[in-house]
Amino acid sequence: MLYREAGDYKTSYAKDQQTFPIAFDRYGYFLTIAFAVLVVPFVLNDYWTNAVVLPFLIYAIAALGLNILIGYCGQVSLGSGGFMAVGAYASYKLMTAFPDLNIVFVILLSGGITALVGILFGLPSLRIKGFYLAVATLAAQFFLVWLFNKVPWFYNYSASGQISAPERSLFGFAVTGANANPATSYLFCLGFVFVMAWAARNMTRGANGRKWMAIRDMDIAAEIIGVDPLKAKLTAFGVSSFYIGIAGALLFAVYLGAAEVGEAFGIEKSFLILFMVIIGGLGSIFGSFAGAAFMILMPVLLKNIMVGQMGWPTDLASHFQFVIVGGLIIIFLIVEPHGLAQLWRLAKEKLRLWPFPH
Amino acid sequence: MNAVDTYITADGRTIGAPLMEMKNITLRFGGVTAIQDISFDIREGEVRAIIGPNGAGKSSMLNVINGFYHPQEGEVWFRGKKRLAMKPHQIAKQGIARTFQNIALFKGMSTLDNIMTGRLTHMKSGLFSQMAWWGGAQTEEVANRAIVEKVIDFLEIQAIRKTPVGRLPYGFQKRVELGRALAAEPKLLLLDEPMAGMNVEEKEDMSRFILDVNDEFGTTIALIEHDMGVVMDIADRVVVMDYGKKIGDGTPDEVRNNQDVIDAYLGVAHD
Repeated sequence: MLYREAGDYKTSYAKDQQTFPIAFDRYGYFLTIAFAVLVVPFVLNDYWTNAVVLPFLIYAIAALGLNILIGYCGQVSLGSGGFMAVGAYASYKLMTAFPDLNIVFVILLSGGITALVGILFGLPSLRIKGFYLAVATLAAQFFLVWLFNKVPWFYNYSASGQISAPERSLFGFAVTGANANPATSYLFCLGFVFVMAWAARNMTRGANGRKWMAIRDMDIAAEIIGVDPLKAKLTAFGVSSFYIGIAGALLFAVYLGAAEVGEAFGIEKSFLILFMVIIGGLGSIFGSFAGAAFMILMPVLLKNIMVGQMGWPTDLASHFQFVIVGGLIIIFLIVEPHGLAQLWRLAKEKLRLWPFPH
Repeated sequence: MNAVDTYITADGRTIGAPLMEMKNITLRFGGVTAIQDISFDIREGEVRAIIGPNGAGKSSMLNVINGFYHPQEGEVWFRGKKRLAMKPHQIAKQGIARTFQNIALFKGMSTLDNIMTGRLTHMKSGLFSQMAWWGGAQTEEVANRAIVEKVIDFLEIQAIRKTPVGRLPYGFQKRVELGRALAAEPKLLLLDEPMAGMNVEEKEDMSRFILDVNDEFGTTIALIEHDMGVVMDIADRVVVMDYGKKIGDGTPDEVRNNQDVIDAYLGVAHD
């Protein structure tokens, strides 16, 4: 009964074009934000932060980035793991080369560097499409991982070949390093997620988003309507890599603390993020979050049920976890190929008429 | 270029100097000559039809006009200037919009968003302004939305404003596509078979929209159409093509009585 458009009159185009045109959605959104800022930090413990919340937030940024590229602009990329590595190594080099640089700038600059690398690897998209482009970006994935493995300059010639994040703090609170407390890391990541999701939504609902979607839906018509395909595709690659680079930097600096490129940013990361985007829903901001939540939460949930509740041995449970998550992905794609975002959309359409659908 | 006298049509519209001139255009694909040495002009304010049997090179001609094909020989003059080799998106910015023979809408977007894409050449705000949805970006969005709403009102598609175009019936899709081209406020509007596959009523609606666009906004229109009745009714002048050659050019009456045109359409006895 609450979820209604009727009676919610819009008197200006700006109001009609807002992100949450339905009042109920709007309040839900504000409540979620308030809950995330005012409640979550006080109830977080180490386990929840490390197992669920931090990875969810960080991968949500990466999924947003990849969704901009695949879901909005229609350019398939399998290079996300490599681009995350660029972000991580860029942040490492920046932190060690400029110890006084504020951590926020370090992360943003890492994103900027990744954006440049992304644009470079996006150049083939002007000539090739679809599967072929996917393979071309796969080359980026392998090349970047190889590069960070083989050139010692990137890991400051450390004997182990690992990079580890030195302690940096913001307003006197440690954000990276061993002394960071869960609530601080959480709020730090949440800040990035909030700003970046907001920016992504704004970009995709405006002129830029329309350019990207036009290229995605019919590139010839887009060109004839006045979209420069070169510019549109490269901005998509740039913006997408910026997001993924920031996710990589956060994953390394805030979450992992120390990383080795093949292990932390291998091809399976590319696939993980791709799954998030597909399961969550292509071309949807909400979908990026839903997909990230699904892929992060589901394994944790299954593990808790199987090991915690049913008392199965851990190795058996971890094998089963793969089977079940894999099965769920297939079921989801058969039932709703457009992802969780589409399910959510359908639910909302039903809700609009509920309880009198006729 | 000699000064061309402007004239006023029977229904009171002013036809001006040539807006676009095609001079000796030849277009080849490998060994196939799609267009052979064709010259014609499109004058400001007129409805110009291009007709001809299938495969005559009509759509190729539109593709030359909006820069999708580059002719091997010949010159394209637009607004009194020779046009150099340009990309289609640059040509769009000069004020040429078109619709397609097979509907080329952006299927994943709503009617409103599709028509808003027509405004892209007029929207200048940068990426960062859009990220923040601040200042330039929002004012621009709202200002362009107002123009798009006028187009929506004009085409009488208010009710499907927020519907994804993939769900719309064919006639509406054609209309939305026209809307997208109109939203660009083009100097020259190219319509590739705007009435293909429509019933009589839909054809009448579409003809009315085309004439209204020409009349109210003064948009010059070049259209390809197979329905001779429609062409003869709405066009000021007609170019007839056959096998890549121009076989007739003139007012509907002149074309109708042209022996070459009659031969091309009705066939000719070989003796």
